[in-house]
Amino acid sequence: MSAQSRVDKVLENYSFAKRDKLIPILQDVQGADGYISKHAALKVARHLNIPASKVYGVATFYNQFRFKPVGKYHVMICRGTACHVKGSAAVLKMAEEVLGIKAGDTSRDGLFSIEVVACIGACGLAPVISINGEFHAKITPDKLRNLVNDIKNTEKANGSK
Amino acid sequence: MAQNNGVVEQNLAGIPASARKAFLTRAFGSEDFAAKAASLRRENPSRAIIYVGAGTCGLAAGAAKTLEAARKYIKDNGLEADLLEVGCIGYCAAEPLLDVQLPGQVRVSFQRATGDAAPAILDSVFRDKAPLKEYVLGQFEEPGLKKWAKVPLFSEHPFFSKQLRFVLKHVGIIDPLSIQEHMARGGYGAFLKVIHTMTPAQTCDALEASGLRGRGGGGFPTGKKWKIALASDADQKYIVCNADEGDPGAFMDRSVVEGDPHRVLEGIAIGAYAIHASKAYVYIRAEYPLAIKNLKAAISEAKAYGLLGENIYGSGFDLDVIIKTGAGAFVCGEETALMNSIEGRRGMPRPRPPYPAVRGLFGKPTVINNVETFANVPEIITRGPAAFAAIGTKNSKGTKVFALSGKVNRTGLVEIPMGTTLKEIVFDIGGGIENGLAFKAVQIGGPSGGCIPGSHMDIQVDYESLKTVGAMMGSGGLVVMDEDTCMVDVAKFFMDFIKKESCGKCIPCREGTLRMLEILKAITRHRRGEKEADTLARFSGIINLENLSQVIRETSLCGLGQSAPNPVLSTLRWFRDEYEAHIFERKCPAGACTEMLEFSIDGDKCKGCTLCARACPTQAIVGKPRLPHYIVSEKCISCGSCRTVCKFKAVNAA
Repeated sequence: MSAQSRVDKVLENYSFAKRDKLIPILQDVQGADGYISKHAALKVARHLNIPASKVYGVATFYNQFRFKPVGKYHVMICRGTACHVKGSAAVLKMAEEVLGIKAGDTSRDGLFSIEVVACIGACGLAPVISINGEFHAKITPDKLRNLVNDIKNTEKANGSK
Repeated sequence: MAQNNGVVEQNLAGIPASARKAFLTRAFGSEDFAAKAASLRRENPSRAIIYVGAGTCGLAAGAAKTLEAARKYIKDNGLEADLLEVGCIGYCAAEPLLDVQLPGQVRVSFQRATGDAAPAILDSVFRDKAPLKEYVLGQFEEPGLKKWAKVPLFSEHPFFSKQLRFVLKHVGIIDPLSIQEHMARGGYGAFLKVIHTMTPAQTCDALEASGLRGRGGGGFPTGKKWKIALASDADQKYIVCNADEGDPGAFMDRSVVEGDPHRVLEGIAIGAYAIHASKAYVYIRAEYPLAIKNLKAAISEAKAYGLLGENIYGSGFDLDVIIKTGAGAFVCGEETALMNSIEGRRGMPRPRPPYPAVRGLFGKPTVINNVETFANVPEIITRGPAAFAAIGTKNSKGTKVFALSGKVNRTGLVEIPMGTTLKEIVFDIGGGIENGLAFKAVQIGGPSGGCIPGSHMDIQVDYESLKTVGAMMGSGGLVVMDEDTCMVDVAKFFMDFIKKESCGKCIPCREGTLRMLEILKAITRHRRGEKEADTLARFSGIINLENLSQVIRETSLCGLGQSAPNPVLSTLRWFRDEYEAHIFERKCPAGACTEMLEFSIDGDKCKGCTLCARACPTQAIVGKPRLPHYIVSEKCISCGSCRTVCKFKAVNAA
């Protein structure tokens, strides 16, 4: 399905919607597309009959919305208080180092992206990361490097087949 | 047994016979519910039951593999057993948790039951009938059932023995997706009692008499808030449950919604009745997918059982509950910002008054309470306000749930009566500091709260006492710090968080927090390469830090801005010496500010493997292969790469 029809499909569920549906719509668009494209933002604005600047204003205000596609493996690193005290800064540094990208970016091959989140809510097991929604507890820089290398190896094996 | 069925009965005494009959028939199939309810409570199951704690934290610790292993074990051994996913009982450090209940015997609980350990644990119960000692956590108590020999009681475990569980009573015990199980433990009885036998005004009175105060951080009396909303005249009113638990370090709301969503729903429903609201919103974080899933399931089940919808059990009361997924903004914990967010706007606070209870969501009277507050409500109605008010201190009643985390041995959710001392929480329940290091401080109340030093650990937990030491109750995050934690670094961490989360409406908060962060960064910077102007700017910043804090505090609109300088002020108050060491000696006593460290190589330990020289990004390490290397300090940028790669622990930092 093309990106255009995916956005249309989301908007179909929101006929006669008013302003208060803006955030749910944006969440659904991001759910379908993986991010909010310029095209999608314009379409949503037209659908709700509000200026595109307002849509952009809301979308940029909230941490959840992204304006770049995420990688095949989306690495979320928790930087909550408990994780910080337990050394999540070093984990983040290691992630940026092994993946060669900064937090908030996607790698060129589209394989990895890093996102820093305020708190995942598993503070008792800090530091925590999640890769594509799967949580990994009590992570260390070494453990993270191994996880990433495992993924890279499986990708390589699949690619060479 | 009869006493347990009393739980179902006790609230239904006064309600009309027709409503009672309708409810019991719907819930348990017939008015004669005793046997059905007892089996729903699994008082004496006919088949063995294996429980796995599968909350978010349990899954993070590997509960999915435990589930798989248990499923395989049942299949391989042809066992007559059910497998049940429950919420998290709150003892995170011991996860994944696995419980087993055999027919005729009490439930026994195991810790660290990973996928690899699960078969051995299950073998020990099903085959050997002697639970493995190294994994066993404790056994439950149930009159009439056989106890396990040589297994300690669950309630006597040091993590649980001092706790008093109201809000978390059923979390991790029951199947969160089964409304029947909730009802068999008295669920929705309080709601039916309220809508049939009490007026909204009486309900507000009961809440006020109980002394319940908002558990989200502000501590405003809940009954009072409801009364104001009840008194406002409008054609439509709203009630909002704030489940946007934004405080990093707090996760009790997630756990309650995941593990016992019906308790929260019942609280919301009672609140809605008390203020004449027919619409309720639950504003929940998008980061909590499992909580959203369980809550959605709970709402549709409650509708199917006639507990939500129109004319609920003939009372004439209507209620609809809508879930709104938050999009990630810390400031949306502030109630006016949260309302803006529900309306589809940027989550920026509005000036108050008018208060939301008078003019709130869509311009209508609105009551906003958080998850824990609502979860307390059914218990208050069931036990009666006086019984609730008997627990706690003079001005803070009932219990409070804390999320104990950081460098403490037993991390997890702790529910204690108000008035318990911090010392009891950290040392008795939490089991002291990890790895035998020295305790330094607890951070309480999230980014708006403060740090409390060891000398004040005897302080009682209640809304007022915590304020006297520059902290606040907050939503209940409790992060323990040891001697390796640098308090300036902690302050810097929180300022970085607040700077990012400031909504940008008020200039003092938007610009001031950035300046404060810059000052803290300058304090924790190394001297090398510093120009004269930098030194001057650094000192003028230090001189102005406290003054700037005062300005931000006094001139910001909402709670976020007014409390933004708290992390700095509270650490300055109790750990001034650490700041001074950073400023004057340019040393980090805890060794946490890596930028300030001076690295050197121990010539005796260095084997000359050249690993560090190759890892150094600035070529600051020189030396011949197989001979000790040394660091040219002028070139060193204190990145720590050499220490990370060294296999001989030859790199020292001080």
